[in-house]
Amino acid sequence: MTSDVGVGALSEERAPHAPASKSVRRSLHGNRKGGIPEQGRATPWLFLAPYLVLFLAFVVLPAVLGVWISLHSWDYTMPVQPFVGLENYISLFRPDSVNFDVFWNSMRATGIFTLFSVPLLLVIPLAVALLMAKKFPGRNFFRAVYFAPYVLGVAVIAVLWRYLLDNNIGLVNYYLGILGLPDDTAWTTSTPAAWVALVGVTVWWTLGFNAVIYLAALQDIPIELYEAARMDGASSWNQFVHVTIPGLRPILSFITIITLIASANMFGQSYLMTQGGPGRETRTAIYQIAETGLRNFQMGDAAAMSYVLTVFLMLVSVVVFWIFREKKEARDDATR
Amino acid sequence: MTQPAEVTTIRSTDGPIAQRTGTRTRVEKPPRRIGGIARFVLLAVVALAFISPLIFMIVTSFKTRADATGIPPSWIPNPFSLQAYETILAPGGNTPVLQWFANSMIAAGLNAALVVVTASLAAYPLARMRFRGKNIVFAVVIATLLVPPVILVIPNYLIVSELGWLNSLLAIIVPTAASAFGVFFMRQFFVQLPIELEEAARIDGADRWVTFTRVILPLAKPAMATLALLAFLTNWNDFLWPVYVLFSPDVQTLPAGLSTLQSANAVRYDLLMAGAVIASVPVLLLFIFMQRFIIEGVSRSGVKG
Repeated sequence: MTSDVGVGALSEERAPHAPASKSVRRSLHGNRKGGIPEQGRATPWLFLAPYLVLFLAFVVLPAVLGVWISLHSWDYTMPVQPFVGLENYISLFRPDSVNFDVFWNSMRATGIFTLFSVPLLLVIPLAVALLMAKKFPGRNFFRAVYFAPYVLGVAVIAVLWRYLLDNNIGLVNYYLGILGLPDDTAWTTSTPAAWVALVGVTVWWTLGFNAVIYLAALQDIPIELYEAARMDGASSWNQFVHVTIPGLRPILSFITIITLIASANMFGQSYLMTQGGPGRETRTAIYQIAETGLRNFQMGDAAAMSYVLTVFLMLVSVVVFWIFREKKEARDDATR
Repeated sequence: MTQPAEVTTIRSTDGPIAQRTGTRTRVEKPPRRIGGIARFVLLAVVALAFISPLIFMIVTSFKTRADATGIPPSWIPNPFSLQAYETILAPGGNTPVLQWFANSMIAAGLNAALVVVTASLAAYPLARMRFRGKNIVFAVVIATLLVPPVILVIPNYLIVSELGWLNSLLAIIVPTAASAFGVFFMRQFFVQLPIELEEAARIDGADRWVTFTRVILPLAKPAMATLALLAFLTNWNDFLWPVYVLFSPDVQTLPAGLSTLQSANAVRYDLLMAGAVIASVPVLLLFIFMQRFIIEGVSRSGVKG
């Protein structure tokens, strides 16, 4: 913030003046923002300081420190943390290493969960939002009811569903029995039932969140587009395909990314409903990273795992952005 | 959020199939009403699926131990019992639920305050001042919205440990306040405010600080309330971090405590549901009374994101 190179034309106002006179002079120079005089040079940084302290200490520093940790055999309980280079990363890709199975099993669990939960969390909330797009009596009530589970948080939800899904005395098996379906499914202790339970509960828990975002986006689609489409004789389906979907395109990539990140970070449901079981089948990557780093204190290994997971997430995000990139035909359709 | 004129027409986009059959002019009106009823029934059925588990949670919390695991499950406690609450709220023991409740309140309250104050202060220059480094600061902060929180967990544990905050509520209150979301959220709000208000204040001789505290902040109350609510909810419900950084029973927050309660009483569903109800009541009350702020906060963050 000390160098003034490149603003030669304005060098005169850069001279150290009292803030007040500087403000006046700057506004004379013509402020593009509409003539508000500028402030002292330190002012914006004073406003930013409290946040930046937190940001540097708990976001920037850990982001850098994480790389450093991952290059060491970092055991929190040991006095010395020997440097091992890329050893922690290499061992994750060497089938004979201790961590190989543990890590890739957890990645597989995260993959399975993400693969099934994300599509459901994209489609069902959209259907719900479409049903609620029109104003009708009780609309706000329904919106609130669908959103309510999200407010409760994962611990309450998981403890509650662990009860409802109990093999023997749970409500779910009881009603399945009444409907003449198998009433002894071990929802939390066998696969694939545990996956159905984890995905189902997560959809139930977060559906309202995505629906609310869709709903707001639906209302931002200009009404003229629908009128024009109807004038051209477009059916409801055609309007949906050619007006609604293109209109939602920007929000679709946003919802896909946040849902993907949320699903890839799944932890509480597995921790409380299945305890990662049966065996370690539903122990997700986050769960494994937390256990490796914060329970067994193998922090170097855990940090390396977290970066590998992050690389996977970034690759998937790039693919998502690519899929939802603005297509020319789509825009033409929307304005036709 | 609700714009009647627009919404009325949008409805036909998701109209039932019936609307597309037959001749357009004749079918137009009546199916709309049938569609409306079908839609209402469908929404009501889905709503039941959302509300009944929560009702069952509350019902079970008022059951006796035997009643809670009875077959068939009943929707009315028989007998009505406060036994579960009396057990988990009893002083002493390894599950001090009242203490957890207080811890959660303190942590979520202070975290929300910290988020609102630091984010509002930081967002203002990013929205309204011109200075060197502004774009870099904003870009770096926003970029961290895309950083998966998992890579921060291990190093933050070390940092918190270094600060002596392990097993203390400070670990729950401070580090999560560095979230970029608040800054982003408040900046979006400040950018939308008409600049003329600030100009008027400046012409009257107010400096940046006075303008901010006397002109901007009063206008930003709804946005700050929304951000405070979202921060409170997020912190109240946070699970992974408290589970690993808080070890002693008396410093835990409710979600971490529920986990402790579950491992201590695996099939005491009466106790678990009573604990879950206690963890739910404050956030449900907030949600019921502040619904508009919360839902609009979420949808706004999405649309502008």
